[in-house]
Amino acid sequence: MTPDAADGDLAIESRALTKVFGSQRAVDGIDLAVPRGSVFGFLGPNGTGKTTSIRMMLGLVRATSGDVRVLGEPMPDRLRDVLPRVGALVEGPAFYPFLSGEANLRRFDSADRHASPATRRARVASALERVGLSAAASKKAGAYSLGMKQRLGIANALLQPRELLVLDEPTNGLDPQGTREVRHLVRSFAAEGTTVFVSSHLLAEVEQICTHAAIMSAGALVAQGSLAELRGAGQSSVRVSTPDPGAAAAVLVRFGLTPALSEPASASAEVSALLPDRAATDTGGRIDIDDILPALVRAGVRVRGFVVEEPSLEDRFVALTGEGFDVVR
Amino acid sequence: MSSAETATRRPSAGLALLGSELSVLFRRRRTWAMLAAVALIPILLAVALRLSSGTVEPGEGPPFLDRVTQNGLFVGFTAMVVAIPLFLPLTIGVVAGDTIAGEASLGTLRYLLVSPAGRIRLLLVKYAGAAAFCFVATLTLIVAGAVIGASLFPIGPVTLLSGDVISVPESAGRSVLVACYVSVSLLGLCAIGLFISTLTSVPVGAMAATVVVSVISQILGVLPQLSWLHPWLFTHYWLGFAGLLSQPLDASTFADNALLQGGYILVFGALAYGRFASKDILS
Ligand SMILES: Nc1ncnc2c1ncn2[C@@H]1O[C@H](COP(=O)(O)OP(=O)(O)OP(=O)(O)O)[C@@H](O)[C@H]1O
Ligand SMILES: [Mg+2]
Repeated sequence: MTPDAADGDLAIESRALTKVFGSQRAVDGIDLAVPRGSVFGFLGPNGTGKTTSIRMMLGLVRATSGDVRVLGEPMPDRLRDVLPRVGALVEGPAFYPFLSGEANLRRFDSADRHASPATRRARVASALERVGLSAAASKKAGAYSLGMKQRLGIANALLQPRELLVLDEPTNGLDPQGTREVRHLVRSFAAEGTTVFVSSHLLAEVEQICTHAAIMSAGALVAQGSLAELRGAGQSSVRVSTPDPGAAAAVLVRFGLTPALSEPASASAEVSALLPDRAATDTGGRIDIDDILPALVRAGVRVRGFVVEEPSLEDRFVALTGEGFDVVR
Repeated sequence: MSSAETATRRPSAGLALLGSELSVLFRRRRTWAMLAAVALIPILLAVALRLSSGTVEPGEGPPFLDRVTQNGLFVGFTAMVVAIPLFLPLTIGVVAGDTIAGEASLGTLRYLLVSPAGRIRLLLVKYAGAAAFCFVATLTLIVAGAVIGASLFPIGPVTLLSGDVISVPESAGRSVLVACYVSVSLLGLCAIGLFISTLTSVPVGAMAATVVVSVISQILGVLPQLSWLHPWLFTHYWLGFAGLLSQPLDASTFADNALLQGGYILVFGALAYGRFASKDILS
């Protein structure tokens, strides 16, 4: 499950990292391996320990057991050397409401002894510019909207050139433009060689920007790897839109599939079925996908749509973390 | 580029954080409101005395009150005695109780620590900020007292408790000394407030607890049954600045007080460190 990589190639590496709150194992022995230069999505439903893991990486919370290395150094022992090279957004942005956005950033910057006071003003201005907040720089942070605060939080992570960015749900509260902008920013950091570790429960977002991902469920790490690896482990499926769902299902059964009828949306219903493992099909297996559509047509099924869907991260995510909507614990 | 690199390699002494702390503290409206309230004490006192026709008998009301009408320079001293038991500890409680708990409740604590501010450095800076507030508050009171005293009452050479007379400039010097004495007196309470502040992320709770501690200490200080305890109470020397108003100047209480406060700073500083250095930051 852990990608093979030499120690030096990992930006974040944890071994059996565990945090217990009272009787609850909020993070339960996770072995993370975040390759340098990757955009790493940290996925999981609410309350599965993403933020708690991030707090341990940043030395805010002490692990109950296990250890974590960030940029090759053990945390929290080497915190003073590591953190100046790490930009972070943890559990949402936080500011002094009575200070302007710009003054807030100057304050956080002055907390870092490695930050040069001579360039502070310029670095703050360019960070604000990068997240599109220049116009609101002198407005009190208390008067910022949710999305503006989120942007300011991201700007805070960008005050210095960083080797690693840890962003806990960076698009929370952002408008569609803001979300796109963040995706764009993340890609540009990656292009500069910065490793980006993004926690999220928005799968689409992770699919669009990440090269790697890990999936958490109830404190445990249930999968990790490159996006292709994660998707590859899932199954593709075929979906037919038709006003003749019964006939279509019969044809699919002939191919050895198990069709499922979904709620008729309008005039046409949808019939879908999981395809056998791709490995089986690729190696000249039992079904040629291209035979299905002609067979449907021959059987007189009025086909209004026919899609072969690649396994999505979402299917994989739901398969690993369960369908339920309720927070597990 | 090379200059930027050297800057990242060689960390500065970290005074920037102290500067930032002071500027945040003294830019807050709350701080200004408290300083204004502190300044209001001598002003109210002087105005009330000026408006009341009756003369004050010696020994009536707070110490020095009877002398104010003859010499405006006593307004500051009288106001100080009035403010020491409750009002000054209240403002110190607000500032010291807010140090860590306030940052925790805003969530800014995690960002300061991730910057990284360093936990010990943050504690030191926070303590320095609160201590600076003690000095600013007492000086504000003394200066406001001098200004209002000079504008409402005659000003002249000051007759000290010992009967000696000192000049107006020297009495100004003594006023500043008294302000320093009272500030130093409050440093122990500051350390207690800092420690309490590391225990919670509810600033109001830490503020109230700090004030309560100062009140309890003063109550213990008036119970004769506990006289063995009195020299160890951080409030023991709070009103003991009479030595600074005698001729020749008697600094022995100043020294005893400073020693006692130093002890409190060490003990509660160590407790705050012990608590904060390994604390999980979950706010
Ligand atoms: N201070 C705390 N005391 C006790 N339990 C806590 C504390 N903080 C977090 N937890 C528990 O730890 C678990 C993991 O919380 P965490 O904040 O890490 O989840 P998360 O994955 O970040 O969730 P979300 O997606 O909602 O942000 C939760 O069940 C939570 O109740
Ligand atoms: Mg979270």
